[in-house]
Amino acid sequence: MSAARSQAPLIDPRHTTETVTEKITANILTDRTPGFWFVGFAVGFTLLMTLTVAIIWLFARGTGIWGVNIPAGWGFAIINFVWWIGIGHAGTLISAILFLLHQKWRTSINRYAEAMTLFAVACAGIFPLIHVGRPWRAYWLFPYPNTMGLWPQFRSPLMWDVFAVSTYATVSALFWFVGLIPDLATLRDRARNKTAKFIYGIGALGWRGSTRHWHRYEMAYTLLAGLATPLVVSVHTVVSWDFAVSLIPGWHTTIFPPYFVAGAIYSGFAMVITLCIPLRKYYHMADLITDRHLDVMAQVMLATGMIVAYGYLMEIFMAWYNGNVYEQYMVLNRFTGPYWPAYWALLMCNIVIPQCLWIPSVRVNEPLLFIISLVINVGMWLERFIIVVTSLHRDFLPSSWGTYLPTKWDLATYFGTIGLFLTLLFLFIRFLPAISISETRELVAHNEESHE
Amino acid sequence: MTPDFKSLPVLETKTAGCGCDAEAHDDHQGEDHAALEQVRDRLATTRGKDYWRSLDELADRPEFRRFLETEFPSKHELWMEPVTRRDFLKLMGAGMAMMFFSGCRKPLEKIFANNEDPESRVTGKPLFYASALTMGGFAQGVLVETHEGRPTKIEGNTLHPDSLGATDVFMQAAILGFYDPDRAQAVMNRGIVSSWGALVNVLRGEMIAQQGTQGAGLRILSGNVSSPTLVDQMKQLFKKFPKAQWIQYEPLSPHGATEGARMAFGEPVQTRYALENADVILSLDADFLASGPDKLRNARMFARGRNLVGGKHSMNRLYVIEPCPTITGAAADHRLALRASDIETAARALAAELGLSGFNKGADLPTAAPAWIKAAADDLRSHRGRSAVIAGESHPAIVHALAHAMNEALGNNGRTVIYTEPVLAQAVDQVTALRTLVDDMMEKRVDMLIMIDGNPVFDAPADFNFAQALDRVKTRVRLGLYDDETSNLAHWSVPAAHALESWTDARATDGTITITQPMIEPLYAGKTVHELLSVLLDGSPRTSHDVVKDFWKTQHQGLNFEAFWKTSLHDGIVAGSALPARRVSLRSGWANGSYTRSTDLEIVFKADPSVWDGRFANNGWLQELPKPLTKLTWDNAALMSPATAARLRVDSHDIITLSLHGQSVKAPVWITVGHVDNSITVGLGYGRRLAGRVGNDKGFNAYPLRASSGMGFSSGLSVSRTGESMKLACTQIHHGMEGRNIVRGATLTEYQRDEKFAEVEGDNPSSEQTLYNSPKQDERVGWGMSIDMNLCIGCNACMIGCQAENNISIVGKDQVLRGREMHWIRIDNYFSGDPVQPEFTHQPVPCMHCENAPCEPVCPVGATIHNDEGINEMVYNRCVGTRYCSNNCPYKVRRFNFYQFADEDTETLKLGRNPDVTVRGRGVMEKCTYCIQRINVAKFAADKEDRDVRDGEIVMACQAACPTEAIAFGNIRDPKSQVSQLKTEPRNYPLLGELGTRPHTTYLAKVRNTNPALENV
Repeated sequence: MSAARSQAPLIDPRHTTETVTEKITANILTDRTPGFWFVGFAVGFTLLMTLTVAIIWLFARGTGIWGVNIPAGWGFAIINFVWWIGIGHAGTLISAILFLLHQKWRTSINRYAEAMTLFAVACAGIFPLIHVGRPWRAYWLFPYPNTMGLWPQFRSPLMWDVFAVSTYATVSALFWFVGLIPDLATLRDRARNKTAKFIYGIGALGWRGSTRHWHRYEMAYTLLAGLATPLVVSVHTVVSWDFAVSLIPGWHTTIFPPYFVAGAIYSGFAMVITLCIPLRKYYHMADLITDRHLDVMAQVMLATGMIVAYGYLMEIFMAWYNGNVYEQYMVLNRFTGPYWPAYWALLMCNIVIPQCLWIPSVRVNEPLLFIISLVINVGMWLERFIIVVTSLHRDFLPSSWGTYLPTKWDLATYFGTIGLFLTLLFLFIRFLPAISISETRELVAHNEESHE
Repeated sequence: MTPDFKSLPVLETKTAGCGCDAEAHDDHQGEDHAALEQVRDRLATTRGKDYWRSLDELADRPEFRRFLETEFPSKHELWMEPVTRRDFLKLMGAGMAMMFFSGCRKPLEKIFANNEDPESRVTGKPLFYASALTMGGFAQGVLVETHEGRPTKIEGNTLHPDSLGATDVFMQAAILGFYDPDRAQAVMNRGIVSSWGALVNVLRGEMIAQQGTQGAGLRILSGNVSSPTLVDQMKQLFKKFPKAQWIQYEPLSPHGATEGARMAFGEPVQTRYALENADVILSLDADFLASGPDKLRNARMFARGRNLVGGKHSMNRLYVIEPCPTITGAAADHRLALRASDIETAARALAAELGLSGFNKGADLPTAAPAWIKAAADDLRSHRGRSAVIAGESHPAIVHALAHAMNEALGNNGRTVIYTEPVLAQAVDQVTALRTLVDDMMEKRVDMLIMIDGNPVFDAPADFNFAQALDRVKTRVRLGLYDDETSNLAHWSVPAAHALESWTDARATDGTITITQPMIEPLYAGKTVHELLSVLLDGSPRTSHDVVKDFWKTQHQGLNFEAFWKTSLHDGIVAGSALPARRVSLRSGWANGSYTRSTDLEIVFKADPSVWDGRFANNGWLQELPKPLTKLTWDNAALMSPATAARLRVDSHDIITLSLHGQSVKAPVWITVGHVDNSITVGLGYGRRLAGRVGNDKGFNAYPLRASSGMGFSSGLSVSRTGESMKLACTQIHHGMEGRNIVRGATLTEYQRDEKFAEVEGDNPSSEQTLYNSPKQDERVGWGMSIDMNLCIGCNACMIGCQAENNISIVGKDQVLRGREMHWIRIDNYFSGDPVQPEFTHQPVPCMHCENAPCEPVCPVGATIHNDEGINEMVYNRCVGTRYCSNNCPYKVRRFNFYQFADEDTETLKLGRNPDVTVRGRGVMEKCTYCIQRINVAKFAADKEDRDVRDGEIVMACQAACPTEAIAFGNIRDPKSQVSQLKTEPRNYPLLGELGTRPHTTYLAKVRNTNPALENV
């Protein structure tokens, strides 16, 4: 990396604390809502309604409306669950770990990365609940005291999932909200509309910006960052155990936890980039989210992508090395079986194409980076598809082999959650500061100090 | 649950009582009883509001008016005036009262039935009644399990010679057929609901008319008849109407066998086999393990000769020549695929090799065949008196005659092949008889045709144009279970009583008679053939109970008839009624006729393994049962070899047009490994239009291609592609083992050299290799199963036995296509060896009840858990349906209710369910439970008597159905139990044992008794 780029400013040096506040709050409070927002929101909301229909139909008819069968008892629902959870990882990583490591470049992107995490977890959280055969009994997965003295089965990875995901959702939500408090206060103070003032006021929890408040706030934020840090590693580790703990060839591998975590961060950053490029373009935020940000995020993607590639390689190597016929067949089946296009597309998306990121100019080229990040998103979805489907559809006894094909309801549910995600995201950028005002102000102040 | 039949006679008295009551009333009613009965029948089925509406409607019906005219002549005019509803009701007062008091028919009677609870009935405990089902006229002895008066399950009757305790798929599925809501439910006259009484009137009139011509215009067409009572009624009928005729036609009877016997011996005989005495068996396209009335006994005896348990080192050897792989061919040690048109040539060649002379040796056979036939002939010859040659059902008389001659030459007659007098009432060529009937119908010589069972409009030879001929018959009466294609063209159709609700009798292949008793009053007011005939004979219906019992009174010579009657009913057989074996003498000079052998593309007609000749088309259990070897469900297909398909440039699922004799049929292709080239096999019985909601428009109808000249097979088929395709629902797509040690087998020589050939290192990893603790196990009791693959013939009886016992739902074709069939036990087929003519192995796979069950730790709610007796239990109530257990099951035996598969709406289906087994709802996982309900029954019984459960006391549903005794179940912690003994056999191995699952179900490896002389052929 060139010395010049690493020294490039994280924010346009012309910005002052006032211009930062003005620019970010104006988007929410005073500017006309841009046309593209309505288009985007309409698309998201339409898809969200599709999700509603798909879920209602699912509850009315049963899991049979999906393509799952015996042997492939899991399909789109679990694939999407893992995919969304993975996407959610970047947020926590950026907010918590980079915060603790004092990586200043996180400032402009952490807020919406956290929001993205939260929305992705919300999308992910739907699937475990609706994918069960009797969703009205899904609460049995939670340990709650009951007259029958029945508890969930704590040996089951699905049980661990419940804890991992719910903890993750709670901590992410808290972290996000705590970070929002000073900004909500800013919005409260600047809002002219009474209702808006009132609502932001409630969210601001009486924040007055006193030193004591700031002290407590910093303390809480640091503590939460500390709490969230292990979650970055633990959640996807637990999710990977859903597979690794079983004995199905293709699932039963010890490499899964690190490989899943790397994959999660990989996909998370890809999603952050996917969202950030249009955001900074349409909201004219290139001065706040600078090329430097894109560059750093692309580097993180490249690094995690290489770990993922190593994981793929090891899966193949171990299958050959351990001499297990089932494992060997599993690999062969991925290469040449009925789902071979998905497998090769996955390698293309996740390994081959991202190698372009070695070229520095690609890392700051908006359109190229956008396409690569989309490709990685697709690739990571395909990875989960390959893991779930190709392992299940041909396991030990050839007599029971089958094929899995999604139905239109699978697709409706999948795109429906994308709709939920988009809807929440558009509401978020419309009503909340997508870039942290207080932290950016801090950054500007810091810059000013250093300039002086 | 050993069948206990202590309490049999009870049922008999109960039904007898009600029959008599009805009869007594009938006598008082006099002439117009019929019209009255019609009204009454109609009212009996309505309630409340509907009842009144029915009365209004009835008042306008001609039969009611007629009834009124004769019954109340004085009020007749009054009635003919326009009346108000009030007048009507006033008028009806007396009439209705009378109708009710005289009309103690089914519905009312049923309410009182339990007032006189049979002494042995304990609510919640099943009773078993011995009876018989019939198939092709022959009795299949069964024990019917009834719960609170409802039949729920069929088991075989160990005393019955053609069951020996086993059942086939059709017997098991009879329960569903019985409760089928689509069965005919009312007497119909030209499509309008009528009544039995009205029909009786019509028949009475017809019979009076026929008396003038001695019955010259009367024809009765039925399936095969072996019932002595019916034969007696038939004789009485002929006495009264000497010129009447009774034609018997079964579309899938061995039509050539009767002629073959006549050819060889000059007289018709019944042939049966004592395969327990046979060391070498050769089948000339005879599917003797899967079709024919004696298949269960054949399978049992064949399996006895192959059982290697207990250190045996010898077994029988089976040679099969056939065009399309069948269960029998799959069981063969050597299988030769020959075109059906070549079977006769092969029979002639074999006879020549065996040294028979005096017949035309025939043409050349394909290259490998002569050496094969020579080796088989040598083998047969070296087992004189301990071998058997069996001729195929569908082959012409000459093949049967040659088989007789070969058996005679081999000294098998009387040893492995046994002849008796014919068991069926008519030993004539049925096709010719039917042709005569159709000619008579065409010439309008038939005034009244009574069609009993069968479905000739659907299944008569195509060139007979039966439907067209039927149109020329003045009065057509049909007694059938369904309002099917034939009933649709009849003037009168009468719902037939199902075998489980009728009194009759029938014979087994050895002549043994079973008196069939009803388990329940007819569900849908069905009538038996005896009742129908009694109308023809006496002008008024007699109950079938009286007909049958009165007949047996005349037959019984001893003193105490009641004791005889009760014993016969109780045992399910009439003691000593088997026909004695008889000597036959071979004639000569019958085989000189010239013959030609066609090499054109041929079509072979086979009974469909699921719907047979079409009669089971509306049975969902059978429709969804994967057909042996092809594993197709819900459809038939044109089966052909890969080479033939390549030549025709078609693939599986493609639709082709089959044309023969100017008739064309569209059929989907299914490529069948092991099929002979240049030959296409089609299953009959599909393509029904009026089978019922389940069976309508499933598959294609192959009967239009089946002419009287080629009932078994026919050459000259032409095939054209249509360019269309359809999806066939197949439950097993991969038949290769992919180099895995799933099915283990060896030849007999290898087995003799190394008994432990099936042992593979790492099969039983030690329990230290797992992190999990072993589940706590009872030291004295642990349930386990052993399945002997050397005995399993893949007949599917276990699958449907399990389905009936455990209330397993059917899911329909589209769900099977999605891979969601629900069978708890399935039969896997693996093909090995030569890819063109492979060896077939069947492996029944139920839940393995692993000691370290992978399904258990992954369930987040603990819905599948281990009990201390080694059973992997499924708690339906707790299951939320994550399907994780199924994913983690290496055997994939778990089944999921993706939808609400169980029918919770159809009342009759509810009656047929096993009350001891939960009906699973939507979203719940299920799987084999080792029939835990049966285990519990035995445990409770043992507890009450303060003893342990005895070995063999618990019989699994699959085990009970199995004709070859391939499945054993018991306590594996008791070293003396049968199952423990089997698990110490050297051939014992666990499936996927290397995974450390420690399955409680284990397998005994398969051994083939190959002929060393054929190893290089």
